[in-house]
Amino acid sequence: MLFNTILPYLLSGVSVGGQYALIAIGYTMVYGILRLINFAHGDVFMVAGILMVYISASGLPLYVSIPVVLIATAAIGFLIERVAYKPLRTAPRMSVMISAIGVSYALQNLVLYITGGLNQFYPTIPFISQSITIGGASTKMVTVVTPILTVVLMVALVLLINHTKIGMAMRAVSKDFETSSLMGIKINNVISATFVIGSFLAGVGSLLYFTNYTTVIQTSGAMPGLKAFVAAVFGGIGSIPGAVVGAFIIGICESIIKGLDIILFKLGLSKQMMGLATFSDAFTFALLIVILIVKPTGLFGEKTTDKV
Amino acid sequence: MKKVERVLELENVTMQFGGVVAVDSFSMHVDAGEIVALIGPNGAGKTTAFNVITGVYQPTNGNVKMRGKIIAQGHPTGKMKKLYAGTHIGEYGKLISNTPDKITEMGVARTFQNIRLFKNMTVLENVLVAHHMRLKTGLLGSILHLNMHEERRIRQESLDLLEMLGLGNVANEKASSLPYGKQRYLEIARALATGPRLLLLDEPAAGMNPQETDELSDFIRDIKEKFNLTVFLIEHHMNLVMDISDRIYVLDFGKMIAEGTPQEIQDNPAVIAAYLGGDDE
Amino acid sequence: MTMNAKRNMQVKKVNPSNLIAAAIIAAVYVVVFVLEQIMPPTSMLFTVLKKGAVYALVAVSMNLLNGFTGLFSLGQAGFMLIGAYTYGILTIPVAQRAAVYQYYDGGLVQFAMPVIPAMILAGLVAAVFALLIGMPVLRLKSDYLAIATLGFAEIIRSIFQWDKLGKLTNGSNMLRLFPSFNDFNIKNANGEVVVYLSTLVPFIITGVCVALVVMLLHSSYGRAFMAIRDDEISAEAMGINLAKHKQQAFCISSFFAGVGGAMLAMYSNSVQAKSFTSAMTYEILLIVVIGGIGSVTGSCLSSFLFVACSEWWLRFLDQKQMIGSWEVPLLRNGFRLVVFSVIIMVVVLFFRQGIMGTKELPDLFRKKKKASEAGKEGAAK
Repeated sequence: MLFNTILPYLLSGVSVGGQYALIAIGYTMVYGILRLINFAHGDVFMVAGILMVYISASGLPLYVSIPVVLIATAAIGFLIERVAYKPLRTAPRMSVMISAIGVSYALQNLVLYITGGLNQFYPTIPFISQSITIGGASTKMVTVVTPILTVVLMVALVLLINHTKIGMAMRAVSKDFETSSLMGIKINNVISATFVIGSFLAGVGSLLYFTNYTTVIQTSGAMPGLKAFVAAVFGGIGSIPGAVVGAFIIGICESIIKGLDIILFKLGLSKQMMGLATFSDAFTFALLIVILIVKPTGLFGEKTTDKV
Repeated sequence: MKKVERVLELENVTMQFGGVVAVDSFSMHVDAGEIVALIGPNGAGKTTAFNVITGVYQPTNGNVKMRGKIIAQGHPTGKMKKLYAGTHIGEYGKLISNTPDKITEMGVARTFQNIRLFKNMTVLENVLVAHHMRLKTGLLGSILHLNMHEERRIRQESLDLLEMLGLGNVANEKASSLPYGKQRYLEIARALATGPRLLLLDEPAAGMNPQETDELSDFIRDIKEKFNLTVFLIEHHMNLVMDISDRIYVLDFGKMIAEGTPQEIQDNPAVIAAYLGGDDE
Repeated sequence: MTMNAKRNMQVKKVNPSNLIAAAIIAAVYVVVFVLEQIMPPTSMLFTVLKKGAVYALVAVSMNLLNGFTGLFSLGQAGFMLIGAYTYGILTIPVAQRAAVYQYYDGGLVQFAMPVIPAMILAGLVAAVFALLIGMPVLRLKSDYLAIATLGFAEIIRSIFQWDKLGKLTNGSNMLRLFPSFNDFNIKNANGEVVVYLSTLVPFIITGVCVALVVMLLHSSYGRAFMAIRDDEISAEAMGINLAKHKQQAFCISSFFAGVGGAMLAMYSNSVQAKSFTSAMTYEILLIVVIGGIGSVTGSCLSSFLFVACSEWWLRFLDQKQMIGSWEVPLLRNGFRLVVFSVIIMVVVLFFRQGIMGTKELPDLFRKKKKASEAGKEGAAK
């Protein structure tokens, strides 16, 4: 009884968690290297959704449009870094963060202009939109695909970081920015690569996320972006597996809270609706504040000390 | 002979970060009216010792006393229990710590190795900030400027202090616009304005030429007399150290290797080895 | 200059640049009052002036934190929300409560307070929330503090929309029918307006609040805040209790954000939790940046500029425009915001000082003397 009641929420939680994870990786990588909360990252995710809407409306087949969207998203990430963050490399951290907020504002307004502020219907991607039934709960194929794809991409990324030259450079830069540049590492290339990878994964995430939610609007990226960032903090910022684990936990918790009223009601634990679904977003942020206070390094983060 | 007050005393202070022992069972003391120096090669743990005294770090083990009163005490806890590599375990039962501002209130002022002025504020404002902790007016009274009298007084005191230190003519300039040497003096002025009994100077002569260093010697002696101070300093310029110190402590790899008068230290083979024979620099 | 002359300069208040600045501010108030009497009240100018006054206060409150204390907080919208709700809940006339709280049996509160005390309470309630949230989060470093305060604002937004609190907050429905700026107008027995004050009063409220912030900044506490901004470790070594002073700055900033929220409610005649989004905080932050982080004058100027551009001057960008028979391309709904974003990015990237940098109004009238003689207005205060 308990299991059957919770299962649909669990499934959708795992699915949305995977999608958050793909965004969270971008946050955690950028933060690891630049110590910057890339507020625009959620909007890159949203732009990927809008690109898909427009590109597939132009009549291109999916096997063309999907790679085009992913490449374009990666290119946007690259461009944002070059235009908005690179010139501020030596500026105080607050300036870079403000620039990120500015980019976020600009992307949202640009999309508002292009779409006229109307909900855009996301194209149906056949395979992952299929309905399936798991343990009596009906859902879309994307629910199953997301966690698998997320874990596969995460493992691939971890391998890349641990076993390739660019990966080694990334680790070096995240440890010590200045020393790495003295060692001849081309910092700008490493940072660009980080943004390209992060944006690419956000693009993949957007394919899955919007297949689930079916519409895109200029503000669609804001909440998932913030939640993915919370996931990155929760997992320990800078740690890729941490971000993924954090994202799954947040996705599942959020989904269960959304259905908590119904779950409690079905289980006979409450007689009336409490309106707890209102708190599905708030929960994430409460979790963030608790984590920051209790264990600011997150689940897998490393401790750093300031030098006096 | 009159009994001299023990202004500062460290008892077996160990400061360990992870597996690294920065300061290892260091015991020392500074008596009222003394000028005591702490020397040692780079990375010997001198600044760490300062940071323990001023409350930036809590000692991993050991005691810090100010005029007989314990101001910091520590013993290994949590993960550190296993990692701890020092001695005197179990002798210090309590965990006592004071934040740096409390230590300053108790009469310990410091300067920093890498000058840390309030860069966007004027020279005068830098000194005024030091008066804030003794402000008698509350927040609301201050906002409504009900304390014009007090404000005027601390302004005058600060200006007089700057005048005395030769900074009077730059009182309204931005701190960051001062030449390097004057910035060092401003740091000292700011420290003096907190009204300390004990002044900690972290490499006050860093970056100064020999003539400036000589002037600094006289200056330190001078303020010591005028403000009735006890001075504890870290310094690399041996001429300065030998010139003004009553006593010297030598740290190497966190351990104290020698203690004594300038003459004794100069003749100490262990010190000579640490500075000349060692391959650690 | 002799010692004595210098002493006089420090102590005496005579400083022409301050007088000029005061005269300009007084003139602005007179002009606002006169314009309001002679121009039609529906003029776009008054919309801009009223909203600009609201934003000016909120921007200054944010600048106090971000620019003067160095605490990068993004919770402003949350504190505005608290202020707006406190004001709304306390001032809706008793007779109207049944209509406003139609789904909640007329609501819990069954009294109405006068406007000004309610505004002060709005600030105080926001400050109390700031005290509670500040205790844990103010220990966090820059960007973590930003995200924690942003999260706090989102939590507040959820709580105020919660159905179970509907008797107090009206749930997700809006609060309305409370006194607005127009109620400051003085009417005669026939209900005709004799003296228009609906713009002047918000100007006065903002003016008083901003003056308090300026006085704070010139006090010993203001110096302590700026010391924390410049170097925390050094400030602590000067005997400044970091936790206490950060908490004070946070509460004061939130107090004014709360008052600003109450004013926003008065300006827009209604309050609804869902409109206090993080986008609102970002907008205010961008205003602060455009004005100059660390300049009160800059925040005020840029608030009016920002509001004027978005509500008025750049509106034409949102409509089709013809020059002769040629239709200007690109112009349609939303273009204004795109242009706006570009301007903001240009400021953020190339004019990081903003309009004013760290200068204030009196600094503009100071003769180019030697810096050593000029002295900040601190000397004159």
